[in-house]
Amino acid sequence: MSAYLSKRLLYMVIILFAASLLIFCLYASTPGDFITGNIKLTAERKAELREIYGLNKPMLERYGIWMKNALHGDFGYSLAQQKPVLQLFNDYIWNSFLLAAVSTFLTWVIAVIIGVISAYKQYSWFDTLVMIAIFAAMSLPSFFIGLFLIKILAVDLKWLPPGGIITTGSNATGLAYFKEIVTHMTLPVVVMTLLGLGSLTRYFRSNMIDVLKQDYIRTARAKGLKERKVLFTHALRNALLPAITLVGFELPALFGGSLIIEKIFNWPGIGQLYMQSFGLRDYPLLMGFTMFIAILTVIGTLLSDVLYRIADPRVRL
Amino acid sequence: MFCTGLLILEFGYREEEADVAVQSNVAGISKPQTTKGKSSLFRQSLRRLLKNKLAVSGFVVVIFMFALCFIGPLFSPYTDNKINMALMNKAPDMKHWLGTDALGRDILTRVMQAGRISLTVGLASMVLSVFIGALLGAIAGYYRGIADQIIMRIADLLLTVPSLPLLFIFGALLSEWKIPTDYRMYIVMLMLSIVSWPGMARMVRGQMLSLREREFMQAAVVLGLRDRRKLFNHLLPNIIPLLIVMATLNIGGAILSESVLSFFGLGVMPPTPTWGNMIDAANNMIDFKDRPWLWIPPGLSIFATVIAINIFGDGLRDVLDPKQKR
Repeated sequence: MSAYLSKRLLYMVIILFAASLLIFCLYASTPGDFITGNIKLTAERKAELREIYGLNKPMLERYGIWMKNALHGDFGYSLAQQKPVLQLFNDYIWNSFLLAAVSTFLTWVIAVIIGVISAYKQYSWFDTLVMIAIFAAMSLPSFFIGLFLIKILAVDLKWLPPGGIITTGSNATGLAYFKEIVTHMTLPVVVMTLLGLGSLTRYFRSNMIDVLKQDYIRTARAKGLKERKVLFTHALRNALLPAITLVGFELPALFGGSLIIEKIFNWPGIGQLYMQSFGLRDYPLLMGFTMFIAILTVIGTLLSDVLYRIADPRVRL
Repeated sequence: MFCTGLLILEFGYREEEADVAVQSNVAGISKPQTTKGKSSLFRQSLRRLLKNKLAVSGFVVVIFMFALCFIGPLFSPYTDNKINMALMNKAPDMKHWLGTDALGRDILTRVMQAGRISLTVGLASMVLSVFIGALLGAIAGYYRGIADQIIMRIADLLLTVPSLPLLFIFGALLSEWKIPTDYRMYIVMLMLSIVSWPGMARMVRGQMLSLREREFMQAAVVLGLRDRRKLFNHLLPNIIPLLIVMATLNIGGAILSESVLSFFGLGVMPPTPTWGNMIDAANNMIDFKDRPWLWIPPGLSIFATVIAINIFGDGLRDVLDPKQKR
C-alpha cells in the first residue's frame, strides 16, 4: 500500500506539472491581456506596465517565474482586483462551498431515498417515472434551466429573488441576514441539486438492484426478518458502500464552485469570479483557478482509490 | 442507424462472436437460440430493442427532431432571414407560430435552422471523438508498452485539466485568430472532441486489455495473423457494441457542451444560429423578462433532443452491452 501510495503521489506531481505547463501556455497564448484592454492608458504607460508585470518576457521564462512563486505558495497578484490571488480565493470560495455543500447534501439524501424505493419496486410505474425523471435531469442544459426558473419563480411569480447573495443595499444582520441568504440560495441550490440528481439516483438504483439479488438478502428474508429491516439494514448498507468512491469525485465540485450556475444566479462565488476575470483577461487569477481545480481533481481521484481500498479489502492497489 | 446495424449484422456471423452471442443470451430474456440460420445477433438485438417502449419513443423523438430541423425549413416561407423592421419582436401568432426576433426574423424557422447546426456539431464531434478515442485506446491497449504510456499520459493530462475552462480558452483563441464565423462551427466540433476523447480511449483500452487475453486471440496469435488483422478484424469488432452505446450517449453531451459555449459567446457565433446562441437573447433584460418566445423554444429543443438521445442510448446499452451496469 505505501509503495503504491508513493508511486501514485509521484505520478500526481508529474501530471500536475504537465498540467500547469499546459494551462500556462494556453492562457499565455490567449489574445490580449489586462493592460491591452485598458483604453485609458497611453502606449508608453502600457509598455511600462508590461515591464513591471513581466509580461514582455518570453513565455517559458514567465512560466518559470510563475511556477517558482507558485511552489512558494504565491499564485500571484490579481491585476484587476489588485489583491493576491489566494486571498481572493479565500474571499470567494466559502460562498461557493456553501452552495455546493448544501446541494451536494440534498442530492445525496434524495438520490438514496428515490434510488432505494425505485429499486425495491423495480418495473413498477413509480420506477418508470423515476427513470424518465433521471433522464430528464441528466439532459437539462444547466444554464437554460437556471434562466427558466428565474423567469418563472423570480420574475413572474416573485417568490424568490433572481440572484445575488443578499438584497442590494440591504444591511440586515443576525437572523434577518441569515434568512436573506437562505432565500437567495434557494434557487441555485434547487438547480444544482436537480442537475446532480440524475446520475446519482441512477447509481444508487442500480447498486440497490444488484444487492437485492444477492444470496444474503434471500437468507435475511428466509430468516423471517421484517422487510424493512432487510431493506435498510442488510441491503442499503451494502448498496451504499461503493458510493464511498464517489466522495473523492465530489471534491472539485465542492470547492471549485460552478462556473455556469454562479454566473447565471450572480452568486459571488469562485466560479463567478472566474467568469468575470475571463472577460478581463486577468491571467494570474485564471491560471490560479484552473490549477486549483486540477489539483482538486487529482487529489479527489487519489482519495477515491484509497477509500475504495478501505471499503473493499479485496481490491489490490 | 442503418449502417451501424449493418455492422452488427456483419459481425454477427463471425465465428469468434459466437461466445458473445451466447453471453448476451444468458443476460437477456430470450430462450436459448442457435446462431445458425437467419437469427443473427443483429436481429435478436433489434427485437429486444423494439420491446423497450421507452427506448423506441426516444428514437422516434430523435428522428422527429432531425426531420424537423433538416426538412422543416423547406416548408417555411421565412427561410431567407430577411430583416424586417415592421415585424420586430412580435409575440407568437398564427403567421409566426413562435413569434419574431429583434430583426423581424421568424423564430420557428430560426430554431429549425439552428437545430441543423447544433445537431450537426453534436454528431460530427461525436464521430471525431469516437474515432480518435477508439483508435488511440485500441493502440494503447493492444501494443501496451511505450505507446500505451504516451497515449494514456496525454489522456490523464486532459482529464486533469477542467474541461470547461479549457473550452473557454479555446473559444477565446478562436476569436483572436479571426476565424470566419462560417468556419467556427467546424473548430467547435474539434474542440469538443479534444475534451471528450480521453474518456473514450480509457474505456476502449480497458476492453482491449481484457479481450487480448481471451482464447480467440490466442488462436489468432497461433495462426500467425498480422497485427493489423488481429486489431481490425478480431479485436475492434468486439468493441463495436460498446462504441455504439458510448457514441450515442456522447451526442447528447456534445450538444449540451456546444450550447453552453455558444451561450457564452465562445462557440458558434451569430449570424450562424445554434440553439445555444439563440438563448443568448436571455442576457438582455427586456428580452428575458418580456419576450420569452425568443429564448425558451431553443432551450426546450435542446432538452427534448438530449433527453430523447439519452433514453435511446440507454435502451441500446441494455441490448448491446448487457454486462454493463445500468
